[in-house]
Amino acid sequence: MTTPTPLVPQGGGHHDPVEAETVENAIELKEVEGLSQGRIVFRRFIRHRGAMVAAVVLTFIVLLATTSIGWGPIPGWWKFSTRDLPPVVNPGGAPTFSLSGGLTLGEHPFGQDNLGKDVFALVMRGTQQSLLVMVIIGLLATSIGIVMGSISGFFRGRTDNILMRFTDMIITIPVIMIGAILGAWVGGANPVTLAVALSFVTWTSMARLVRGEFLSLREREFVDAARVAGASNVRIMFKHMLPNAIGVMIVNTTLLMASAILLETALSYLGFGISFPNVSLGTLISEYQTAFATRPWLFWWPGLFIVTIALCVNFIGDGLRDAFDPRQRRIPSKRKMAKA
Amino acid sequence: MATSVTSRASGETALDAVPSRATAARARLRSSAPMLTFIGRRLLSSAVVLLGATFIVYMLLSYALDPLEDLYASSAPNKEQLIEARIRALNLDTPPPARYVSWLVGAGGCLIGRCDLGSSWVTGQEVTTLLGSAIPSTVQLISMSTILAIVLGITVGIASALRQYTGFDYSVTFMSFVLYSLPSFWVAVLLKLWGAIGFNDFLADPTLSLPTIGLLSLLGGLIWQALIGGDRRRRLTTLGIAGLATAVVLYFISATGWLLDPKLGPITIGILGVGAAFAITALSAGLRNRKALYTTLTVVAIGLALYYPLQFAFVNANALLVVGMGALAVVIGVVVGRIYGGPDRAQSMRAGGLTALVVGLLIFIDRVMAVWFVYSNSSRINQRPIATIGSQTPGLSGSDFWVQTLDTFTHLVLPTIALILISFASYTRYSRASLLEVMNQDYIRTARAKGLPERLVTVRHAFRNALIPLATIVPLDIAALFGGAIITERIFAWSGMGSLFLHSLGARDADPVMGYFIVVGTLLVLANIVVDFVYASLDPRIRVNA
Repeated sequence: MTTPTPLVPQGGGHHDPVEAETVENAIELKEVEGLSQGRIVFRRFIRHRGAMVAAVVLTFIVLLATTSIGWGPIPGWWKFSTRDLPPVVNPGGAPTFSLSGGLTLGEHPFGQDNLGKDVFALVMRGTQQSLLVMVIIGLLATSIGIVMGSISGFFRGRTDNILMRFTDMIITIPVIMIGAILGAWVGGANPVTLAVALSFVTWTSMARLVRGEFLSLREREFVDAARVAGASNVRIMFKHMLPNAIGVMIVNTTLLMASAILLETALSYLGFGISFPNVSLGTLISEYQTAFATRPWLFWWPGLFIVTIALCVNFIGDGLRDAFDPRQRRIPSKRKMAKA
Repeated sequence: MATSVTSRASGETALDAVPSRATAARARLRSSAPMLTFIGRRLLSSAVVLLGATFIVYMLLSYALDPLEDLYASSAPNKEQLIEARIRALNLDTPPPARYVSWLVGAGGCLIGRCDLGSSWVTGQEVTTLLGSAIPSTVQLISMSTILAIVLGITVGIASALRQYTGFDYSVTFMSFVLYSLPSFWVAVLLKLWGAIGFNDFLADPTLSLPTIGLLSLLGGLIWQALIGGDRRRRLTTLGIAGLATAVVLYFISATGWLLDPKLGPITIGILGVGAAFAITALSAGLRNRKALYTTLTVVAIGLALYYPLQFAFVNANALLVVGMGALAVVIGVVVGRIYGGPDRAQSMRAGGLTALVVGLLIFIDRVMAVWFVYSNSSRINQRPIATIGSQTPGLSGSDFWVQTLDTFTHLVLPTIALILISFASYTRYSRASLLEVMNQDYIRTARAKGLPERLVTVRHAFRNALIPLATIVPLDIAALFGGAIITERIFAWSGMGSLFLHSLGARDADPVMGYFIVVGTLLVLANIVVDFVYASLDPRIRVNA
């Protein structure tokens, strides 16, 4: 296919359906000629405007949260920590940033609470913890799901039956309920423990998805070819089948991460997640909701950060889904159609 | 749980079953014997799953909750004896698996009608009693929001799919992304502390300034023109008409203080009813079908004629009477449709029934509105009608049925909005995706090619088939909502299942938590069976694989 052929008009009776299909794909095929799958996906992803904006915003939030107040022993560039009690600047501790005459931040851009604690430092600490929980759940739950799903999809039969009945059992228990029970058990300890515990209940959808992919992949010729060539089961699973299911898995991981941050903040809000002296965006909201009438900024900022993070992750997931979907075709806008 | 249903159409599920079994007996769904085997097998495997899940939860609870925690910290002189006594009372020296077995024996009694789910050791109440008061409360909370979320979500999703790649479609998609990302607890608190209090303050002086009216009208006009679409001229016309209509309505509401003493009256009901009659006819039968149009208009006329007589019937109303009258209205509508007949009798009957339901609802709303003034000025309410906590105003019981109905509504408003916001987005996305998929099918092209009007193609051929995948989501969603309204119930102090769970977990009280789980888990498992069943009976491509 060297010359792009114009689209075949619908219902052209003399066209063979197979031929029509290839002709229809011509333009796309030319566009991605000679590129690896990774390059194709990357190209499609950066064309997704929403996903790109989301990626930039998320990177900004991650950088802001990790560098501003420092992480662990590493010091940050922000002047207050979560424990400092500086004198209250504005009456009531209102935010000091203003937009009149250019953006000025002032001493406490996000305001202060009734004790004088800097809300920016608190929100940054909460964002750190919530992001940490989100990433751990994303990685660990995905790994568990992949292992469970690929084993049951590859071996089928009794193994599949047992593993899938076990998955059904976990699914039957509402996530927020089992999350709260686990949180009541380990919540006080620290965010990492909580994240690990929550990973053990959030892997189910991933396992089912990977199983479905493996069930159809194992019927393909290249798997037979590998087996004839003498590859072991493990090699077939990880070297031949897993890379072919990678798109579905990455997309589902992002969705899992978006729901993980909502789950963690909800549990922390209910008092069964991260708790004092650790700070999460959920505990900030729960702690300060009574002050809503007098100090609304205590309530707005943490909520805004949760929404922004979850929204960004969801948009990135959407962009990845479009990028990985081979059936995805860019539909030209009306204007472009008119031009052509 | 898709293992026992196979599909010829989609490759993924077809592979679920072992090929030899799939080819062996492809029994038709409608012959009853395989169906019974199918249901029996599903029930059995679900029971095993539920059993395993209760075991997991029981074990987790027995390790997560320590009923002795408060005693260890106590400074009572007879601390040792107290600990001893509690260990004996709660059987804590038997290992948890043994305790699970004894719990299971009690719970197994539910199958033969003698339920023993244990009791709360903190309050001493039986778990069955606790559940008995929590379940109706949760049902009341979620029923309205489920219905509204389904109707609104599907409507918006369908509209968005029919206007694919327009500004409206992009806005709806973006909005559903935002709703997906909203933490429900944050929204609920916001509604409670900002929305309700703000609205109640606004009611003290319910006048809108002219710029506000202008802005809202512009917004309304923009939404309508995006929804109706068409070329630029048509869009501008829609914008003008819809904006002007919104402005007139808002000005009327603001100038007459309508919100302080709202009422519809027969004239407004008549206008709205005729509008509904045209809309329902246009959608379900097409305006060309004169018989159907006459049916709906006649139904509206009957409703209006009955308006004044009904006010007398409403004086000593109760819930049963109102529901019965609603059912009667639908029957009347169907009968009117039957009498008019027409080329397709069923169409007229359906349109008549739907219109009767709408008119009946309008009359009901009008009657509830009539007590608004009395209600909001009563000493208990004190002109702050939108309630933020609980399910009813204390001290109001014993008053009129209508006042109590209104009281329930004002308490339901906020939690309902919170719940709708959560599930609305997923219904929108599902129905949009599903309709887009169906619209690309060959049979839609066939329907268009044989000259059917676009309305008929959309409503009859596309919409019905697009609903099939949705029918499989709804039962699961309801079951999940039943257990998942935990946060909403907590924030609005609604004493349903969610509060029972949270309260018991906080009090380290395992038995009520198990009671909560057995109800929610059973519902979820049953919903899964219903989904398989519904899918198999709606989609002829799917065969039960007994």
